[in-house]
Amino acid sequence: MKANIKELTKGIFKENPVFVIVLGLCPVLGVSSQVSNAIGMSAGVMFVLLFSNIIISALRKVIPSSIHIPAYIVVIASLVTITEMVMHAFVPSVYSALGVYLPLIVVNCIILGRAEAFASKNTVVDSILDAIGMSIGFALGITLIALIRELFGSGTITLFPMGNFSGVINIPWFYDNPIRVLALAPGALLIMGYLKAFFDWNTSRKKDK
Amino acid sequence: MSYIAILLTFIFINNFILVQFLGLCPFIGVSKNSENAIGMGASVTFVTTVASVVTWAIYYFLLVPFNLQYLQTLTFILVIASLVQLLEMVIQKISPALYKALGIYLPLITTNCAVLGIAIINITNSYNVMEAFTAGLAAGLGFTLAIVLMSNIRERLDLMPVRGPYRGMPIAFISAGLMALAFMAFDKSLITNLHLV
Repeated sequence: MKANIKELTKGIFKENPVFVIVLGLCPVLGVSSQVSNAIGMSAGVMFVLLFSNIIISALRKVIPSSIHIPAYIVVIASLVTITEMVMHAFVPSVYSALGVYLPLIVVNCIILGRAEAFASKNTVVDSILDAIGMSIGFALGITLIALIRELFGSGTITLFPMGNFSGVINIPWFYDNPIRVLALAPGALLIMGYLKAFFDWNTSRKKDK
Repeated sequence: MSYIAILLTFIFINNFILVQFLGLCPFIGVSKNSENAIGMGASVTFVTTVASVVTWAIYYFLLVPFNLQYLQTLTFILVIASLVQLLEMVIQKISPALYKALGIYLPLITTNCAVLGIAIINITNSYNVMEAFTAGLAAGLGFTLAIVLMSNIRERLDLMPVRGPYRGMPIAFISAGLMALAFMAFDKSLITNLHLV
Protein backbone atom coordinates (compact mmCIF):
# COMPACT_ATOMS: atom_id res chain seq x y z
CA MET A 1 0.00 0.00 0.00
CA LYS A 2 2.83 2.35 0.90
CA ALA A 3 4.34 1.90 -2.57
CA ASN A 4 0.99 2.77 -4.13
CA ILE A 5 0.78 6.03 -2.24
CA LYS A 6 4.20 6.88 -3.62
CA GLU A 7 2.86 6.54 -7.18
CA LEU A 8 0.22 9.10 -6.25
CA THR A 9 2.40 11.70 -4.57
CA LYS A 10 5.43 11.58 -6.85
CA GLY A 11 3.58 13.47 -9.61
CA ILE A 12 2.61 16.30 -7.28
CA PHE A 13 6.04 17.44 -6.14
CA LYS A 14 9.03 15.23 -6.85
CA GLU A 15 8.20 14.57 -10.51
CA ASN A 16 5.91 17.54 -11.11
CA PRO A 17 5.21 17.41 -14.87
CA VAL A 18 5.29 21.19 -15.35
CA PHE A 19 8.28 22.33 -13.32
CA VAL A 20 10.47 19.26 -12.92
CA ILE A 21 9.96 17.14 -16.05
CA VAL A 22 8.95 20.23 -18.11
CA LEU A 23 6.43 18.51 -20.38
CA GLY A 24 3.27 19.74 -22.07
CA LEU A 25 4.24 23.39 -22.03
CA CYS A 26 2.07 24.64 -24.89
CA PRO A 27 -1.19 24.61 -22.88
CA VAL A 28 0.57 25.65 -19.66
CA LEU A 29 1.74 28.90 -21.20
CA GLY A 30 -1.02 29.32 -23.76
CA VAL A 31 -4.12 29.24 -21.55
CA SER A 32 -2.70 30.48 -18.26
CA SER A 33 -3.85 34.09 -18.66
CA GLN A 34 -7.00 33.40 -16.60
CA VAL A 35 -7.52 31.10 -13.63
CA SER A 36 -10.81 29.75 -15.02
CA ASN A 37 -9.12 28.66 -18.27
CA ALA A 38 -6.35 26.97 -16.30
CA ILE A 39 -8.94 25.02 -14.31
CA GLY A 40 -10.80 24.05 -17.49
CA MET A 41 -7.58 22.84 -19.12
CA SER A 42 -6.63 20.88 -15.97
CA ALA A 43 -10.02 19.17 -16.00
CA GLY A 44 -9.57 18.21 -19.65
CA VAL A 45 -6.05 16.86 -19.09
CA MET A 46 -7.13 14.99 -15.95
CA PHE A 47 -10.00 13.24 -17.76
CA VAL A 48 -7.89 12.28 -20.79
CA LEU A 49 -4.88 11.18 -18.73
CA LEU A 50 -6.95 9.10 -16.30
CA PHE A 51 -8.86 7.20 -18.99
CA SER A 52 -5.89 6.82 -21.35
CA ASN A 53 -3.86 5.34 -18.48
CA ILE A 54 -6.74 2.98 -17.58
CA ILE A 55 -7.35 1.82 -21.17
CA ILE A 56 -3.69 1.47 -22.06
CA SER A 57 -2.71 -0.39 -18.90
CA ALA A 58 -5.71 -2.70 -19.31
CA LEU A 59 -4.73 -3.41 -22.93
CA ARG A 60 -0.96 -3.51 -22.36
CA LYS A 61 -0.73 -7.26 -23.10
CA VAL A 62 -2.98 -7.04 -26.18
CA ILE A 63 -1.36 -4.13 -28.06
CA PRO A 64 1.53 -5.42 -30.24
CA SER A 65 4.72 -3.56 -29.43
CA SER A 66 5.47 -2.73 -33.09
CA ILE A 67 2.41 -0.47 -33.40
CA HIS A 68 2.07 0.67 -29.82
CA ILE A 69 2.55 4.39 -30.48
CA PRO A 70 -0.19 4.69 -33.16
CA ALA A 71 -2.50 2.62 -30.94
CA TYR A 72 -1.91 4.97 -27.99
CA ILE A 73 -2.50 7.99 -30.20
CA VAL A 74 -5.86 6.62 -31.36
CA VAL A 75 -6.95 6.01 -27.75
CA ILE A 76 -5.84 9.49 -26.68
CA ALA A 77 -7.36 11.23 -29.71
CA SER A 78 -10.74 9.55 -29.13
CA LEU A 79 -10.72 10.65 -25.48
CA VAL A 80 -9.82 14.20 -26.51
CA THR A 81 -12.70 14.22 -29.00
CA ILE A 82 -15.07 13.17 -26.18
CA THR A 83 -13.70 15.97 -23.97
CA GLU A 84 -14.14 18.51 -26.75
CA MET A 85 -17.78 17.49 -27.33
CA VAL A 86 -18.63 17.48 -23.61
CA MET A 87 -17.03 20.91 -23.05
CA HIS A 88 -18.70 22.34 -26.16
CA ALA A 89 -22.09 21.19 -24.85
CA PHE A 90 -21.83 22.07 -21.15
CA VAL A 91 -19.25 24.87 -20.74
CA PRO A 92 -19.20 26.70 -24.12
CA SER A 93 -17.41 29.73 -22.62
CA VAL A 94 -14.46 27.60 -21.50
CA TYR A 95 -14.55 25.71 -24.81
CA SER A 96 -14.13 28.91 -26.82
CA ALA A 97 -11.53 30.34 -24.43
CA LEU A 98 -9.36 27.22 -24.74
CA GLY A 99 -9.67 27.32 -28.55
CA VAL A 100 -6.96 25.43 -30.39
CA TYR A 101 -5.31 24.27 -27.14
CA LEU A 102 -8.14 21.83 -26.37
CA PRO A 103 -7.62 19.54 -29.41
CA LEU A 104 -3.88 19.97 -28.82
CA ILE A 105 -4.18 17.83 -25.66
CA VAL A 106 -3.63 14.97 -28.15
CA VAL A 107 -0.02 15.99 -28.67
CA ASN A 108 0.52 16.95 -25.03
CA CYS A 109 3.72 15.12 -24.13
CA ILE A 110 2.52 14.37 -20.57
CA ILE A 111 -0.22 12.02 -21.76
CA LEU A 112 1.77 10.06 -24.34
CA GLY A 113 4.74 10.18 -21.98
CA ARG A 114 2.82 8.59 -19.09
CA ALA A 115 1.29 6.01 -21.43
CA GLU A 116 4.71 5.02 -22.72
CA ALA A 117 6.72 5.31 -19.50
CA PHE A 118 4.17 4.08 -16.96
CA ALA A 119 0.81 2.68 -18.10
CA SER A 120 2.35 0.28 -20.62
CA LYS A 121 4.36 -1.44 -17.85
CA ASN A 122 2.16 -1.27 -14.75
CA THR A 123 -1.15 -2.56 -13.40
CA VAL A 124 -4.44 -0.68 -13.79
CA VAL A 125 -4.55 0.40 -10.11
CA ASP A 126 -1.02 1.82 -10.17
CA SER A 127 -1.76 3.57 -13.46
CA ILE A 128 -4.88 5.21 -12.01
CA LEU A 129 -2.85 6.51 -9.06
CA ASP A 130 -0.10 7.69 -11.39
CA ALA A 131 -2.63 9.52 -13.59
CA ILE A 132 -4.31 11.19 -10.60
CA GLY A 133 -0.97 12.30 -9.14
CA MET A 134 0.37 13.57 -12.47
CA SER A 135 -2.81 15.48 -13.29
CA ILE A 136 -2.92 17.07 -9.84
CA GLY A 137 0.71 18.11 -10.37
CA PHE A 138 -0.18 19.52 -13.79
CA ALA A 139 -3.24 21.32 -12.38
CA LEU A 140 -1.18 22.86 -9.56
CA GLY A 141 1.49 24.01 -12.00
CA ILE A 142 -0.84 25.60 -14.53
CA THR A 143 -3.08 27.17 -11.84
CA LEU A 144 -0.06 28.63 -10.04
CA ILE A 145 1.15 30.30 -13.25
CA ALA A 146 -2.37 31.51 -14.07
CA LEU A 147 -2.85 32.88 -10.55
CA ILE A 148 0.40 34.87 -10.67
CA ARG A 149 -0.27 36.14 -14.20
CA GLU A 150 -3.85 37.18 -13.53
CA LEU A 151 -3.26 38.66 -10.08
CA PHE A 152 -0.28 40.81 -11.06
CA GLY A 153 -1.19 41.28 -14.73
CA SER A 154 -4.79 42.46 -14.41
CA GLY A 155 -5.57 42.47 -10.68
CA THR A 156 -8.45 40.04 -10.98
CA ILE A 157 -9.10 36.35 -10.36
CA THR A 158 -11.57 34.83 -12.79
CA LEU A 159 -13.54 31.81 -11.61
CA PHE A 160 -16.80 30.40 -12.94
CA PRO A 161 -19.98 32.51 -12.69
CA MET A 162 -22.54 31.07 -10.26
CA GLY A 163 -25.86 32.71 -9.37
CA ASN A 164 -25.28 36.34 -8.40
CA PHE A 165 -21.52 35.91 -8.48
CA SER A 166 -20.18 37.13 -11.84
CA GLY A 167 -17.09 34.95 -11.59
CA VAL A 168 -14.57 37.80 -11.50
CA ILE A 169 -12.98 38.83 -8.19
CA ASN A 170 -11.25 42.23 -8.20
CA ILE A 171 -8.24 42.45 -5.91
CA PRO A 172 -8.19 46.06 -4.59
CA TRP A 173 -4.61 47.34 -4.86
CA PHE A 174 -3.51 45.13 -7.75
CA TYR A 175 -6.53 46.13 -9.84
CA ASP A 176 -5.36 49.75 -9.90
CA ASN A 177 -1.69 48.92 -10.46
CA PRO A 178 -1.55 46.04 -12.95
CA ILE A 179 1.73 44.94 -14.56
CA ARG A 180 0.09 44.44 -17.95
CA VAL A 181 2.99 42.60 -19.57
CA LEU A 182 2.47 39.60 -17.28
CA ALA A 183 -1.01 39.01 -18.70
CA LEU A 184 0.42 39.03 -22.25
CA ALA A 185 2.54 36.42 -24.01
CA PRO A 186 6.02 37.49 -22.72
CA GLY A 187 4.79 37.32 -19.12
CA ALA A 188 4.04 33.61 -19.44
CA LEU A 189 7.62 32.86 -20.53
CA LEU A 190 9.20 35.13 -17.90
CA ILE A 191 7.16 33.64 -15.05
CA MET A 192 7.86 30.11 -16.26
CA GLY A 193 11.59 30.94 -16.27
CA TYR A 194 11.59 32.35 -12.73
CA LEU A 195 9.44 29.52 -11.33
CA LYS A 196 11.66 26.90 -12.99
CA ALA A 197 14.72 28.61 -11.46
CA PHE A 198 13.01 28.53 -8.05
CA PHE A 199 12.19 24.80 -8.36
CA ASP A 200 15.74 23.99 -9.52
CA TRP A 201 17.15 25.96 -6.60
CA ASN A 202 14.82 24.14 -4.22
CA THR A 203 15.88 20.71 -5.55
CA SER A 204 19.59 21.50 -5.38
CA ARG A 205 19.19 22.86 -1.84
CA LYS A 206 17.55 19.60 -0.73
CA LYS A 207 20.33 17.60 -2.36
CA ASP A 208 23.01 19.53 -0.50
CA LYS A 209 21.49 18.68 2.90
CA MET B 1 -6.98 38.24 -46.48
CA SER B 2 -4.14 38.64 -48.94
CA TYR B 3 -1.29 36.16 -48.99
CA ILE B 4 1.23 38.74 -47.79
CA ALA B 5 -1.03 39.51 -44.85
CA ILE B 6 -1.15 35.79 -43.96
CA LEU B 7 2.63 35.54 -44.22
CA LEU B 8 3.15 38.57 -41.94
CA THR B 9 0.52 37.35 -39.49
CA PHE B 10 2.00 33.91 -38.97
CA ILE B 11 5.68 34.87 -39.09
CA PHE B 12 5.59 37.98 -36.90
CA ILE B 13 2.24 39.01 -35.40
CA ASN B 14 1.11 35.57 -34.23
CA ASN B 15 4.53 33.91 -34.17
CA PHE B 16 3.86 30.27 -33.35
CA ILE B 17 6.41 30.00 -30.57
CA LEU B 18 6.68 33.42 -29.00
CA VAL B 19 3.04 34.48 -29.15
CA GLN B 20 0.96 31.31 -29.41
CA PHE B 21 3.31 28.91 -27.58
CA LEU B 22 2.86 26.10 -30.13
CA GLY B 23 5.91 23.87 -30.50
CA LEU B 24 7.66 24.88 -27.30
CA CYS B 25 9.10 21.42 -26.54
CA PRO B 26 11.46 21.36 -29.57
CA PHE B 27 12.04 25.10 -29.13
CA ILE B 28 13.57 24.53 -25.70
CA GLY B 29 14.95 21.03 -26.44
CA VAL B 30 16.69 21.47 -29.80
CA SER B 31 17.85 25.09 -29.58
CA LYS B 32 21.20 24.38 -27.91
CA ASN B 33 23.23 24.91 -31.10
CA SER B 34 22.39 26.73 -34.30
CA GLU B 35 23.12 23.82 -36.65
CA ASN B 36 20.45 21.64 -35.06
CA ALA B 37 18.08 24.59 -34.84
CA ILE B 38 18.28 25.19 -38.60
CA GLY B 39 17.69 21.47 -39.26
CA MET B 40 14.69 21.37 -36.95
CA GLY B 41 13.31 24.60 -38.41
CA ALA B 42 13.62 23.33 -41.98
CA SER B 43 11.93 20.02 -41.13
CA VAL B 44 9.06 21.72 -39.32
CA THR B 45 8.53 24.18 -42.17
CA PHE B 46 8.43 21.32 -44.65
CA VAL B 47 5.97 19.28 -42.59
CA THR B 48 3.64 22.17 -41.66
CA THR B 49 3.39 23.17 -45.34
CA VAL B 50 2.62 19.66 -46.61
CA ALA B 51 0.37 18.84 -43.64
CA SER B 52 -1.65 22.05 -44.10
CA VAL B 53 -2.57 21.12 -47.66
CA VAL B 54 -3.19 17.42 -46.94
CA THR B 55 -5.35 17.98 -43.84
CA TRP B 56 -7.25 20.71 -45.69
CA ALA B 57 -8.05 18.26 -48.48
CA ILE B 58 -9.01 15.50 -46.03
CA TYR B 59 -11.34 17.86 -44.16
CA TYR B 60 -13.17 19.27 -47.16
CA PHE B 61 -13.25 16.18 -49.40
CA LEU B 62 -13.70 13.44 -46.79
CA LEU B 63 -15.08 14.77 -43.51
CA VAL B 64 -17.47 17.49 -44.71
CA PRO B 65 -19.36 15.37 -47.34
CA PHE B 66 -20.07 12.70 -44.72
CA ASN B 67 -20.81 15.16 -41.86
CA LEU B 68 -17.93 13.82 -39.82
CA GLN B 69 -16.39 17.16 -38.74
CA TYR B 70 -16.31 16.01 -35.12
CA LEU B 71 -13.65 13.43 -36.06
CA GLN B 72 -11.29 16.27 -37.03
CA THR B 73 -8.81 15.83 -34.16
CA LEU B 74 -8.62 12.05 -34.52
CA THR B 75 -8.21 12.11 -38.31
CA PHE B 76 -5.70 14.95 -38.36
CA ILE B 77 -3.31 13.37 -35.87
CA LEU B 78 -3.41 10.04 -37.71
CA VAL B 79 -2.89 11.76 -41.06
CA ILE B 80 0.01 13.78 -39.68
CA ALA B 81 1.64 10.71 -38.11
CA SER B 82 1.45 8.71 -41.35
CA LEU B 83 2.48 11.73 -43.40
CA VAL B 84 5.64 12.18 -41.36
CA GLN B 85 6.47 8.48 -41.81
CA LEU B 86 5.82 8.73 -45.55
CA LEU B 87 7.89 11.88 -45.92
CA GLU B 88 10.73 10.21 -44.08
CA MET B 89 10.69 7.30 -46.53
CA VAL B 90 10.33 9.53 -49.61
CA ILE B 91 13.16 11.85 -48.57
CA GLN B 92 15.40 8.88 -47.80
CA LYS B 93 14.76 7.51 -51.31
CA ILE B 94 14.96 10.76 -53.29
CA SER B 95 17.64 12.72 -51.50
CA PRO B 96 19.93 10.92 -49.07
CA ALA B 97 21.74 14.22 -48.40
CA LEU B 98 18.54 15.93 -47.26
CA TYR B 99 17.63 12.84 -45.24
CA LYS B 100 20.98 13.00 -43.50
CA ALA B 101 20.30 16.62 -42.57
CA LEU B 102 16.64 16.31 -41.52
CA GLY B 103 16.28 12.59 -40.77
CA ILE B 104 16.78 12.65 -37.02
CA TYR B 105 14.28 15.48 -36.54
CA LEU B 106 11.42 14.04 -38.57
CA PRO B 107 10.17 11.43 -36.05
CA LEU B 108 10.06 14.13 -33.36
CA ILE B 109 7.71 16.25 -35.41
CA THR B 110 4.61 14.03 -35.09
CA THR B 111 4.07 15.18 -31.54
CA ASN B 112 4.92 18.80 -32.28
CA CYS B 113 1.96 21.01 -31.37
CA ALA B 114 2.79 23.35 -34.26
CA VAL B 115 1.80 20.84 -36.96
CA LEU B 116 -1.56 19.82 -35.50
CA GLY B 117 -2.04 23.45 -34.47
CA ILE B 118 -1.72 24.88 -37.97
CA ALA B 119 -3.98 22.15 -39.39
CA ILE B 120 -6.75 23.09 -36.93
CA ILE B 121 -6.19 26.85 -37.30
CA ASN B 122 -6.58 26.55 -41.11
CA ILE B 123 -10.00 24.98 -40.59
CA THR B 124 -11.15 27.43 -37.85
CA ASN B 125 -10.17 30.39 -40.05
CA SER B 126 -11.92 28.70 -43.03
CA TYR B 127 -8.99 29.30 -45.36
CA ASN B 128 -9.06 28.07 -48.96
CA VAL B 129 -6.34 25.69 -50.13
CA MET B 130 -3.86 28.37 -51.24
CA GLU B 131 -4.34 30.31 -48.02
CA ALA B 132 -3.84 27.11 -46.02
CA PHE B 133 -0.61 26.45 -47.95
CA THR B 134 0.62 30.00 -47.25
CA ALA B 135 -0.33 29.79 -43.58
CA GLY B 136 1.49 26.44 -43.22
CA LEU B 137 4.62 27.84 -44.88
CA ALA B 138 4.50 31.04 -42.82
CA ALA B 139 3.95 29.18 -39.54
CA GLY B 140 7.01 27.03 -40.29
CA LEU B 141 9.10 30.08 -41.22
CA GLY B 142 8.03 31.82 -38.00
CA PHE B 143 9.04 28.72 -36.04
CA THR B 144 12.42 28.63 -37.82
CA LEU B 145 13.03 32.33 -37.17
CA ALA B 146 12.34 31.96 -33.45
CA ILE B 147 14.35 28.75 -32.97
CA VAL B 148 17.39 30.02 -34.93
CA LEU B 149 17.44 33.32 -33.00
CA MET B 150 17.06 31.38 -29.76
CA SER B 151 19.93 29.00 -30.59
CA ASN B 152 22.24 31.95 -31.25
CA ILE B 153 21.29 33.48 -27.91
CA ARG B 154 21.89 30.18 -26.12
CA GLU B 155 25.29 29.69 -27.76
CA ARG B 156 26.31 33.05 -26.33
CA LEU B 157 24.70 32.34 -22.97
CA ASP B 158 26.93 29.27 -22.63
CA LEU B 159 29.91 31.61 -22.39
CA MET B 160 28.26 33.93 -19.90
CA PRO B 161 28.55 33.64 -16.11
CA VAL B 162 24.92 32.71 -15.38
CA ARG B 163 24.09 32.32 -11.68
CA GLY B 164 23.51 28.78 -10.41
CA PRO B 165 19.75 28.11 -10.43
CA TYR B 166 19.19 30.15 -13.62
CA ARG B 167 21.61 28.02 -15.64
CA GLY B 168 20.11 26.00 -18.50
CA MET B 169 16.36 26.02 -18.92
CA PRO B 170 15.32 28.97 -16.70
CA ILE B 171 17.57 31.45 -18.48
CA ALA B 172 16.33 30.06 -21.82
CA PHE B 173 12.73 30.79 -20.81
CA ILE B 174 13.60 34.27 -19.61
CA SER B 175 15.49 35.06 -22.85
CA ALA B 176 12.50 33.76 -24.81
CA GLY B 177 10.28 36.04 -22.76
CA LEU B 178 12.42 39.04 -23.66
CA MET B 179 12.30 38.00 -27.33
CA ALA B 180 8.52 37.77 -27.08
CA LEU B 181 8.52 41.29 -25.66
CA ALA B 182 10.31 42.47 -28.81
CA PHE B 183 7.82 40.58 -30.99
CA MET B 184 4.95 42.48 -29.35
CA ALA B 185 5.98 45.40 -31.53
CA PHE B 186 4.42 43.52 -34.44
CA ASP B 187 0.78 44.37 -33.92
CA LYS B 188 -2.38 43.64 -35.92
CA SER B 189 -2.39 47.32 -36.89
CA LEU B 190 0.67 46.56 -39.05
CA ILE B 191 -1.63 44.83 -41.56
CA THR B 192 -4.15 47.68 -41.71
CA ASN B 193 -1.44 50.35 -41.87
CA LEU B 194 0.17 48.62 -44.83
CA HIS B 195 -3.27 48.41 -46.54
CA LEU B 196 -3.04 44.65 -46.92
CA VAL B 197 -6.64 43.81 -46.02
